[in-house]
Amino acid sequence: MQDLLTYILSGLALAGSFALVGSGIVVVYRVTHVLNFAQGMLAVFGAMISSTLLGGMLPHGVAELVAVLCCAVIGVIIGVAAIGKPGTPPMISLLITLGLGMIATAVVIGVWGQTPVSPPGVGGSVDILGVSLETQRIVVFLAALVTFALLSVFFARTDIGKALTAAASNARAARLVGINTRAMGLVAFAISGALGGLAGVLIAPTTAVSVASDLPLVLSGFAAAIFGGLRSPWMTFLGAVILGVVGQLVAAYGNGSYQTPVALLMMLVIMIVRARSMTTEEAK
Amino acid sequence: MMLEVDDLVVRYGAATALDGVSLTVDDGELVALVGPNGAGKTSLVNAISALVAPVSGRIEVGGRVAQVPEGRQMFGELSVEDNLRLGAWRHRPKDVGPVYELLPDLRRLRRQRADTLSGGQQQMVAVGRALMAQPDLLVVDELSLGLAPMVAAQLVEHLAVLNRTRGTAVLLIEQEIGLAFELCSRAYVLESGQIVASGPTAQLRDAPELQDAYFGGLDVTGTGD
Repeated sequence: MQDLLTYILSGLALAGSFALVGSGIVVVYRVTHVLNFAQGMLAVFGAMISSTLLGGMLPHGVAELVAVLCCAVIGVIIGVAAIGKPGTPPMISLLITLGLGMIATAVVIGVWGQTPVSPPGVGGSVDILGVSLETQRIVVFLAALVTFALLSVFFARTDIGKALTAAASNARAARLVGINTRAMGLVAFAISGALGGLAGVLIAPTTAVSVASDLPLVLSGFAAAIFGGLRSPWMTFLGAVILGVVGQLVAAYGNGSYQTPVALLMMLVIMIVRARSMTTEEAK
Repeated sequence: MMLEVDDLVVRYGAATALDGVSLTVDDGELVALVGPNGAGKTSLVNAISALVAPVSGRIEVGGRVAQVPEGRQMFGELSVEDNLRLGAWRHRPKDVGPVYELLPDLRRLRRQRADTLSGGQQQMVAVGRALMAQPDLLVVDELSLGLAPMVAAQLVEHLAVLNRTRGTAVLLIEQEIGLAFELCSRAYVLESGQIVASGPTAQLRDAPELQDAYFGGLDVTGTGD
């Protein structure tokens, strides 16, 4: 019983990072209808940059913040390439993000090499219901929760959040009232860059991140995002929780290397089951 | 002069949508542009709103223009009030009070999601959203499309009040001639991208060009059964 609780709690901690990567995918998709395949690399960048900055250049807090901001800028660069040219079809933009992801891999290898990094995070551990968990893992989950709450407020309460929703909901009407839909797309890419970066910054202290982390991260993020129909941030969060917990249980009672296939399988099943409702959403 | 369109040509690839169209709307005037499907009405609206670049010709606008687009074009996931406020995205203030004064039903619906409204209610939101920009000229594209005649007539009445109380000029693009002529004192008839007739609506009502545009020259009188 105690073991089961351990797996569930560590699964929840893992869910925080999946949720952050997934929400980045959702934010960009909602506004631009582009699937950003470079999202996993943004997390890798976040981990690498924070690791470098924490190596004596900047104190805790500042280093992480700068890393997240750098990732927001990288997000904008990806956005400019993917949607900067008016009339670029989403399928072409998707391929551009895929290509940029590969270029980003080369950049990371060139600058940081292939050795995994694991910068120091919040030390110590916390006892929850008799299960000892690293504090950093709890920080990841809580940070994801707070980020999602802030995102909800941002989209529901601020003018720019509503304009982003408007651009996503009806691009033609948005242009008509003077909303610059391309600028909104770039704002979405900046937000998703920051979310990806935040994921990387937060998970690196608990799970060493290397250039090879891109694929498992982006797949888990996609699986969570698809659970949310690529539109709903909170359903993405729920998808991430299910994925995190199931992944940990599979790793514990089966084999650790099954985690990525589990994400893939979940993604496939949801896509097949929900294909109809997802295309209906698309048509709106 | 609120709007002056001179010898406008709009093309989509090889297809000519507007071929030398000229029209004017005076300050505070109510003008109708009627014509059958595919006449080029929406192309003209989009050119006036700068959504389409003309090949040649001139469009001069003497004030702020806002458009009520065809098909209402709601931000479905947002509330009525958010839809309205976004209408003033480029402008300040974003006070929705004056719109609620003119369209009191919207105050009651303000928290409702736009995609849950009826067609008539959505059209009202579309008009309200355009008014949020405090336009001097309101370009309304297919006001009555898909609406019950009574609902459309009500909206036309709102436009008349808007014109009377605030002096807003209206260019009403309509397929429903009766409705358009009821509101407007002057009209243009567009057919196959060209203006084929224009003048006071009282005179245009029986103009043969109007019959031609809609019925292809068939004499439709008395052939109902």
